[in-house]
Amino acid sequence: MMKIVNNVTWKIGGEAGEGIMVTGILFSRACVRAGLKAFDYTEYPSLIRGGHNTYLAQVGEEDIFSHDRSVEILVALNQETIDAHVHELSAGGAVVYDPDDKKVNVSGLRKDLVYVPLPMAKIASEIAGNRLMRNTVALGTSFALLQFPKEIVHTVMKDVFGSKGKEVVQQNIDTFNGGYDSVSKQQIERFGWKLEKRKPHGDIVITGNDAIAIGAIAAGVKFYSAYPMTPASSILTYIAEHAEQYSIVVKHAEDEISVINMAIGAGHMGVRSMCATSGGGFALMNEGYGLAAITETPVLLVLVQRPGPATGLPTWTGQGDLQYALHAAQGEFPRFVLAPGDVTEAFEMTAEAMNVAEEYQSPVILLSDKQLAESHSTVAPFDSSTIEIRRGKRITQKQLNAMREYKRFDVSTKDGVSPRSFPGMKNGMYIANSDEHDEQGFSEESSKNAIAMFQKRQRKFEDFQSKMPQPELHGEKNADVTFVFWGSVKGAVREAMKKLREYNLTSNFLQITWMSPFPTQAVSKLLKSCKRVVLIENNREGQLGNLIRQQTGFAIDEQILKYDGRPFFPEEIVDYINKE
Amino acid sequence: MAIVKDFETKRFPTWCPGCGNFGIWTTLKQALVKAGFEPHQVLIVFGVGCSGNETNLIHGYGFHGLHGRALPVAHGAKIARRNTKVIVVGGDGDGYGEGLAHFIHTIRGNPELTYIVHDNQVYGLTKGQTSPTSEKGYKSSSTPSGVIEKPINPLSLALAAEATFVAQGFSGNAAHLTDLIVKALEHPGFSLVNVLQPCVTFNHHNTFQWFYRRVYDLAKEGYVPNDRMKAIERAREWGDKIPLGVLFEEVRDTYEEDLPQLVKMPLADEPLDDIDISPLVKELQ
Repeated sequence: MMKIVNNVTWKIGGEAGEGIMVTGILFSRACVRAGLKAFDYTEYPSLIRGGHNTYLAQVGEEDIFSHDRSVEILVALNQETIDAHVHELSAGGAVVYDPDDKKVNVSGLRKDLVYVPLPMAKIASEIAGNRLMRNTVALGTSFALLQFPKEIVHTVMKDVFGSKGKEVVQQNIDTFNGGYDSVSKQQIERFGWKLEKRKPHGDIVITGNDAIAIGAIAAGVKFYSAYPMTPASSILTYIAEHAEQYSIVVKHAEDEISVINMAIGAGHMGVRSMCATSGGGFALMNEGYGLAAITETPVLLVLVQRPGPATGLPTWTGQGDLQYALHAAQGEFPRFVLAPGDVTEAFEMTAEAMNVAEEYQSPVILLSDKQLAESHSTVAPFDSSTIEIRRGKRITQKQLNAMREYKRFDVSTKDGVSPRSFPGMKNGMYIANSDEHDEQGFSEESSKNAIAMFQKRQRKFEDFQSKMPQPELHGEKNADVTFVFWGSVKGAVREAMKKLREYNLTSNFLQITWMSPFPTQAVSKLLKSCKRVVLIENNREGQLGNLIRQQTGFAIDEQILKYDGRPFFPEEIVDYINKE
Repeated sequence: MAIVKDFETKRFPTWCPGCGNFGIWTTLKQALVKAGFEPHQVLIVFGVGCSGNETNLIHGYGFHGLHGRALPVAHGAKIARRNTKVIVVGGDGDGYGEGLAHFIHTIRGNPELTYIVHDNQVYGLTKGQTSPTSEKGYKSSSTPSGVIEKPINPLSLALAAEATFVAQGFSGNAAHLTDLIVKALEHPGFSLVNVLQPCVTFNHHNTFQWFYRRVYDLAKEGYVPNDRMKAIERAREWGDKIPLGVLFEEVRDTYEEDLPQLVKMPLADEPLDDIDISPLVKELQ
């Protein structure tokens, strides 16, 4: 039988607490070690035990930006996985299930599938003495079906479990082999997909949250405060795990109000300071966000979105907070807001956001979402030599000594940025004041001063606007279709663009990475040059579309909007383009 | 060495004549001098309220934060530069109402902060509403029929949260209060100085005379502040007798001492060039 090589999607489903996430990352990491690319996507409810959880890994030879709908191997640790996902399987796809499990029944299901009965619990109990390791058995069986060299998986297991001791590593390898060796030749022959080793590129498999954390570490974050909130929590745990290694203080505070105020306190003293949360926590941070603005304190806030309002869909994805981030906190002040669209951008833009925060002495909001935060992508290893650290205007003790009177909030600078002093420096005293204040920070309510200070802060914004990166069209020139989006939608769009080529349609995209300040002229000019413009957003209102219309007057009539907590499938975009 | 004048600014207080804030303001400046600080070595973080307006009246590094949120700003600042003396000044509404969670949680960590609370049992800046420390039955513009709740007892709360330095002063006894603040500034850990003060404009119950007749000096009674349970007993005294002085003191590791990241140098002085992320990248390959 002719096999499809290096183009396969593997999915495992079961209850929370069964080790599905670890098994999933082992699957994709092993594939990437073999020189392939993987994109992983997880779905889970807000539960610790039980519920329905899935981990999907799509593997290929070329870059994969998003997963599509079809699945080739479905590992079902329970009946619910079969019921919910059997329809997703391609014809000829395999269902791996445990025939000893009385609650699982595959009779009467699709006839065009390969059924692989595997006594997972029995094998796991026999080898590891722990039936919970049945996912490892299933991992072995999956890789056997794909004729994937088991030694590669063994090396990954050594790296992943090495810190837990040799015994744990060996137990995992033995259990994996138990599943691998239980597959018959006939089963392999009947299955139509296989994975072949290619030249390894040393790629990394990484989530958006980890990319943000590493970007922050590379850029010199030294204080990180947070309160756990899905889907932002793994930024906290990642930085906490590496805190001592990089001289970072991580503070898990009592609430997000404390989080933002602590981050401001640290930022005020000259430490690169950051916090991350989701919508609910961000709501609590709003007043502090404004405090950072009026006291001109650098701090980076990462808002990892999930659908709201209130608790909403806590473990699902969405882009419903763009307009909220653009308008958070009372009063008028420059709001710096940016959003990466993939893991590499998450790494680079986090570092750049810390530069902007310090150069413009301002809070900066970086927007992400669950889809970017928790999905794994395969990319070239991050390189910190690409990261430049710019700390902005800081006054020296020597300069202070030579001054008659230091004015922390000097309104006379052209770019609105006045050099900072820090506690401990002689002759540099000032008040960081949440009240409107004069040039030294004393409370001052006069009309003249209020105008001067508003304008000072606004000049910072205008200065950045004149220097900020400008958006461009990416993809084919004079394309039939131009996609306009922001954030994680990028993955599905890029996959859709690949597929559109099969229909002889050319396409390109306009990704907005900086929402505030908004690159009005560039966007206006680009949009006018396009043949057919389609807006794609993971929200109901088309919030970026509204922003573009507000800023440029250009209304994008064609909109693909999705607001069910699920990310876009590339097929949905292709179907829309072909139908309309 | 600095003198009191060094801690003064060109601004004049906007408080009502006779306000207890004058006494606290004066003693804080004196205590800073006595404890040997120069203005540039000190960061004072203020809450919002009549006490917060003191921001403009003390020469030093100041931070006028949000209502109720001074403690977390100070905690973050202290972690960033542990060599800076960080003091927090707020009021009863600010610290025991809006910011109560921060009060308890900051105490748990024992960062080296001195927290001076202007406790006048009323909201002054918003013109006379009830405060978390108002007595039950206290009539105010927001509780015309009298407060239903019992008041917060900040001293007992602090003691229950394992505070390492708990003291109470009175704005009408400047010499005593100065000594208390000096002791607090010298304490290696979190120090609370709750300062009873009259609000001459809005609180006609807890007046200067009212306090004056009730307060007594713990030290003069031979009280030794080394027993937390005895301190809680004293902290609960309110009515005929109100204790002044140090109720409890012990030495325990500070938050900063428990962070190995802060041993080598202040966090703010950590160099940012040559940060090597390759070990992190390797973990992901």
